[in-house]
Amino acid sequence: MNKQTLKYSVLASLPVMAGYIVLGIGFGILLAGKGYDFLWALLMSLTIYAGSMQYVGVELLAGGASLISTALMTLMVNARHLFYGISMVENYKETGKVKPYLMFALTDETYSLVCAAKLPEEVDRKQYYFLVSAMNQCYWILGSLLGALIGNGLSFNTKGIEFSMTALFVVIFVKQWESTKNHMPAFIGLGISLLCLLVFGADNFLIPAMLGITTGLFILRRLTAGKADCQGTDISYVQEGEENND
Amino acid sequence: MINVPHSLLLIAVMSVVTISLRFLPFLLFSKNTPKAVLYLGEVLPRAIMAMLVVYCLKNVSLISAPYGIPEAVCVLLVVILHKWKHNTLLSILMGTVCYMVLVQGIFT
Repeated sequence: MNKQTLKYSVLASLPVMAGYIVLGIGFGILLAGKGYDFLWALLMSLTIYAGSMQYVGVELLAGGASLISTALMTLMVNARHLFYGISMVENYKETGKVKPYLMFALTDETYSLVCAAKLPEEVDRKQYYFLVSAMNQCYWILGSLLGALIGNGLSFNTKGIEFSMTALFVVIFVKQWESTKNHMPAFIGLGISLLCLLVFGADNFLIPAMLGITTGLFILRRLTAGKADCQGTDISYVQEGEENND
Repeated sequence: MINVPHSLLLIAVMSVVTISLRFLPFLLFSKNTPKAVLYLGEVLPRAIMAMLVVYCLKNVSLISAPYGIPEAVCVLLVVILHKWKHNTLLSILMGTVCYMVLVQGIFT
C-alpha cells in the first residue's frame, strides 16, 4: 500500500470520523439505557452497520417488536441503500477479494466518499475504497462502544454536532455541482425530495422520493436523448441505449 | 429483563435485510450491466446527495421556533465557504462549530 493512498483516505474519512463517533456514542447511550450492554452495541455495529436503522433498532429491541415488523421497518428505513449499490455496480467491478466487504459497508457516509471521488493519480482506487469503508466502520464501532461504556459520564455538550453529517453531504453536493454542467439530476433530487417531504411527511418521504427521483431521471434521459450533441458526457449512455433499442 | 434469544433474532433480521438491500443491485447487475443502470450510476450520485441533505434536515420545523434559521445559516455558510476555499474539512468544521454555537448558545 502506498503512503499517498493511506494519507488521502485518512483525510477523506476525517469528516465521517467526527460524525460517526458522535452518532455512535448517541446510539450506545440509548442502547445501554434500555439495559443492553456494550457487547450488544458491538454486535449491532458489526453486523448491521447502518446509523439511523440502529437508532430505530433500539426501540424495536426494547419494545420486543415482532420479526415481521422489524423486517418491514428495516426495509423502509434502508431502502435508499439500493441506490448506492446501483450507482457503484460499475466502480466496484474488479475490486477482487474485498468486494463483498465493500458492498456490505456501503452506508450513506461511505457512499458519499466513494460515489464520485475524483482521485489524484498516485492514489490507488481499490485501496481507497477499502480503506475508507473499513475506517468508517471502525469509527462507528468505536463510537457505539464508547457510548455504551462511558456515555453517561460525558460532560461535553455535544448538542448540534450531528450537523457534521449534513455538512458533509452539502460539501459533496457542491463538489458534484462544480464537476459538471448538467445540473438537472441535482435539481430533480432536490425538488422531488422536498416535494415528497411536504406531501408524505418526515417519516414516510424516502421511498416515494426514491421512486420519484428514478422516474424523473428516466424522463430526463428521454427528453435529452434527442439533443445529445450539445450535452455533456452523461448522455453517451443514452445514445448507445437508443441505438440498441432501434 | 432482556429477552436474549428474541433480541438476537431481531438483530439478525435487521442485519440480513440491510445486507440484502446493499447486495441486491450488485447481484442483479454486475454481469452485463444494463444501459439504464449505467445511466443511473452516472446521474444518481448528484440526485442522491440532494436527497440526503433533505433527509438530514427532515425534522426541521419552519413554523415553530427557531424556524430552521440555524440550519439555513449553516448550510449557506458551508456552501459559501466551500465555493471560496474548496477545503472539505474546513467547510465541515466551520459549519458544524457554527451550528453548535447557534443551537447551544443562541437558539436554545
